[in-house]
Amino acid sequence: MADTKTVAPQEGPGTRFWNWLTETQIWTSVFRHGRPDSDRNRVLVMLSNVFLHLHPVRIRKSGVKLRYTWCMGGLSFFLFLVLTFTGLLLMFYYRPTLEYAYTDIVGLREHVPLGIMREMHRWGAHAMVITVWLHMFRVFMTGSYKPPREFNWSVGVIMLVLTLLLSFTGYLLPWDQLAIWAITVGSNMARATPFLGHEGPGAQLLRLGDVPLIHAADDARFALLGGTFVGEGALLRFYVLHCVGLPLGIAVLMAVHFWRVRKDGGISGPL
Amino acid sequence: MADESKPETPAPKVVPQTGEATAAAAASTRAPAAGATASAPATGANPAATPHATTTAAARPAPPPRPPAAPMPDLAGKTTNVASPGGAAAKTAPAAAAKATTRAADDTSPLLNRRAWMGLAWGAFSAASAAALAATGRFMFPNVLNEPPQQFKAGLPNEYGMGVDERWKEKYGVWLVRTPDDIDQHASGFYSLSVTCTHLGCTPNYLSAENKFKCPCHGSGFRTTGVNFEGPAPRPLERTRIVLAEDGQILVDKSRHFQRELGQWTDPEAFLKA
Repeated sequence: MADTKTVAPQEGPGTRFWNWLTETQIWTSVFRHGRPDSDRNRVLVMLSNVFLHLHPVRIRKSGVKLRYTWCMGGLSFFLFLVLTFTGLLLMFYYRPTLEYAYTDIVGLREHVPLGIMREMHRWGAHAMVITVWLHMFRVFMTGSYKPPREFNWSVGVIMLVLTLLLSFTGYLLPWDQLAIWAITVGSNMARATPFLGHEGPGAQLLRLGDVPLIHAADDARFALLGGTFVGEGALLRFYVLHCVGLPLGIAVLMAVHFWRVRKDGGISGPL
Repeated sequence: MADESKPETPAPKVVPQTGEATAAAAASTRAPAAGATASAPATGANPAATPHATTTAAARPAPPPRPPAAPMPDLAGKTTNVASPGGAAAKTAPAAAAKATTRAADDTSPLLNRRAWMGLAWGAFSAASAAALAATGRFMFPNVLNEPPQQFKAGLPNEYGMGVDERWKEKYGVWLVRTPDDIDQHASGFYSLSVTCTHLGCTPNYLSAENKFKCPCHGSGFRTTGVNFEGPAPRPLERTRIVLAEDGQILVDKSRHFQRELGQWTDPEAFLKA
């Protein structure tokens, strides 16, 4: 390299600074290869970058055809990223308590610059339910759930449930009349859980003498709401589930889902 | 590279040395090329390979000549970069580009070539990303603060007795002190002391039995005047602006502070004579 330095036509202070900079330990530890202008460097770019190396080495021609995939899986993932980002920003202003929840939601529109942040989160959530549904519809209609992709279909079904639960838990957080009564109605379904809901089939069998083991204050609905009605405990539980618990679960399953796509031979081809 | 040049002898000698190194490097780069050209005839003269190659070439029939004229008009219509076949058409193309209004109604050629389109797309994407980033940054600075205002009316002067008054400490963070004789202004009246310890910013307590302010964090002590006398605090508590409002009430304004070590306690607005 010392040779090429002297060959350089004019070595001004800019060139000397550039040469010094690109040889520092910090620079060489961050930029681990040259510009991708040769086959070797292009390979190094792909292999030494964690995000690029996730991509498959090769895909079917149909895999990039919009009319085959509808790009619904990718759009679902994109919307999840949008929801994660906007949700993170909303968490800076929203407090999940009876005193502040509703006024903070109003404040997110009135008191905060760019009052559309909450709307982006809300519309993105609606859109994600739609894209997930269309993604599953496409996978079903192309027969892509068949072996060897049965396991990945199962993972996808769980992620559909998690997506719906994310929508359900997020629905309560504005803490307006719509939210409270919608969650009241929705969580009443948990009363009918077999054995674990106090109005469900078999719950009456779980008793010690005259003492019922499953009642309104310890059944599945109580575990969901943190109380016997939609109150402060339900708001906090739904908030924690919405912001931490469910996103963590769906993120892990997404990693499995994408990994299985590659392991099962890439995006399925037309039959 | 820098490490290699360091152990070498001083600067004047570097030039000829590196010059020689360049020549050597040039020679070394030439050497493999020469070797490659020399080996090329050798493989060509390979007795096994050459006849095989010639036989396959001879066995393959010559491709039939294709009519070259047919695809040319389509190309001219569908691309912007490929020159049209006729010289006349090539001359009219720049003229048409110069006058956009002369574009024919049935002209199907794209308005943007690939490079311009990619530039536009990346430009739009970059602009949208920058706008989103700026909006996100702006989002972190709300338009409304749920904090007590910096300025408040503290009632009429005759509502206060002599000494330290703690009624505004919790909400506004000041002690109102009424004194018969101020240490700097040498008059009777009011001053407003900020409750922030000058050591590390904790809030001291007023100990009425000892008539002093005592910080619970590191033990700094202040007289009721605000002057520090014990503990690690390096300077007196700060006083805030205090004036009489038009309706006769005391107006405390925390947006302006006065520091004694800077001689600011003699400022007329640092003390309300009453």
